[in-house]
Amino acid sequence: MRDKIRAMVESNLNIFNANVEFSDDDNIFRRGFVDSLFAVQLIAYLEREFGIRVSNKDLDINNFHSVNKMVSFVERKRQAGDGDGVAGR
Amino acid sequence: MSDPGVKCVVWDLDNTIWEGILLEDACVRLKPSVREALEILDRRGILHSIASRNDHDLALAKLREFGIAEYFLYPEIRWDAKSVSLSNIKKNLDIGYDTILFLDDQPFDRDEVASVHGQVWCLDSCQYLEVLEHPRLNPKYVTRDSALRRRMYLDEIVRRKEEQEFIGPKESFLRQLNMIFEISEVQTEDLARAEELTYRTNQLNATGEKYTVESLDTLRQDGRYKVLVCELKDKYGSYGKIGLALVERKPEAWNLKLLLFSCRVLSAGVGGVLLTYLRNAARQCGVRLLADFRDTGHNRMMRVTYMVAGFAERERCDNGLFVLENDLTDVPSLPNFLDIRINVNWNES
Repeated sequence: MRDKIRAMVESNLNIFNANVEFSDDDNIFRRGFVDSLFAVQLIAYLEREFGIRVSNKDLDINNFHSVNKMVSFVERKRQAGDGDGVAGR
Repeated sequence: MSDPGVKCVVWDLDNTIWEGILLEDACVRLKPSVREALEILDRRGILHSIASRNDHDLALAKLREFGIAEYFLYPEIRWDAKSVSLSNIKKNLDIGYDTILFLDDQPFDRDEVASVHGQVWCLDSCQYLEVLEHPRLNPKYVTRDSALRRRMYLDEIVRRKEEQEFIGPKESFLRQLNMIFEISEVQTEDLARAEELTYRTNQLNATGEKYTVESLDTLRQDGRYKVLVCELKDKYGSYGKIGLALVERKPEAWNLKLLLFSCRVLSAGVGGVLLTYLRNAARQCGVRLLADFRDTGHNRMMRVTYMVAGFAERERCDNGLFVLENDLTDVPSLPNFLDIRINVNWNES
């Protein structure tokens, strides 16, 4: 899961800057790499790829600001069972 | 809810725009007053396109000969089903199917389109003059921006083409556009456009609220509020007034009651720019910065725009309204590919 999320973020960053380096803990929003258009795509990607549903309540920057944050968010959602029935669609 | 206003009329060619069938008769004649109808709708800000099964080059040459080719955006002149043409037009213009009127003399084509796109309004093209009076083709306000709408889409076509051809990082592409982003207090002449924005923009409206010219005019003159409009220009021309914000000013806090953007400027990232400006201004004035959000089912983009700009949920009201707050820390610098001009005075009231 980590690799998939990382690849998704990298594919966007490369449009802006060819050689961006970032760790799994780097805040990709604070560094200004990410605009809201990409954030929407990123959230849609997490929903589609990992069968979760991101509610208004989940739209907190702390759930998304680094690769590691996104991984733990998706894991939490899956454990809570939010993804049941969506994953196989 | 009533049917939305028409944003684009899609015309068939043979026996609709002209009498006869072009491939059988090279000397087809324009139907009476077609030119006038095109011009009237153009001035109202309604776009035109074409869905015709025809020889592409021949048909375009004929439209040029009649001097009406420039009215049509993204014309679909091909041998496919018309529902395919309608899909392409919808995608290229980035509008909803429920804002398209399709005029065709052939019942088969109208039914084929209706069976695939139930929301498209399909009409026998013999009614092309009567329909001009229809409320869905008569927007309440015709503004300077509506009359320029086609021009703006034409600029956009050139822009997209150059963007596709441009090799290199996106930021260099944005930089060479020479973009100017202007944030101003709303003026009397902007009010009709401001109202139009609240009615036309669904996906990028943070609360889904609509405002009339009268209500915006009242708010504008009320010292407790600021009504801000944004304009974006680049080397190809102006996008017109593309953003609107309503700030309620209380002594201890500003509350963004409304934030909306036209979908024309989605990719330029200007939503974040306006919010960065407001965060800096609030910090300088020593006030908290709040924002209202209501989930309309279509406007997640705006909730995410707020999130990316550092707004977090503070309160959930009974009426479905969320109040967000920005902690005003970590405000990023404004992007350097934009020339930002501010015509706002926060001191006077």
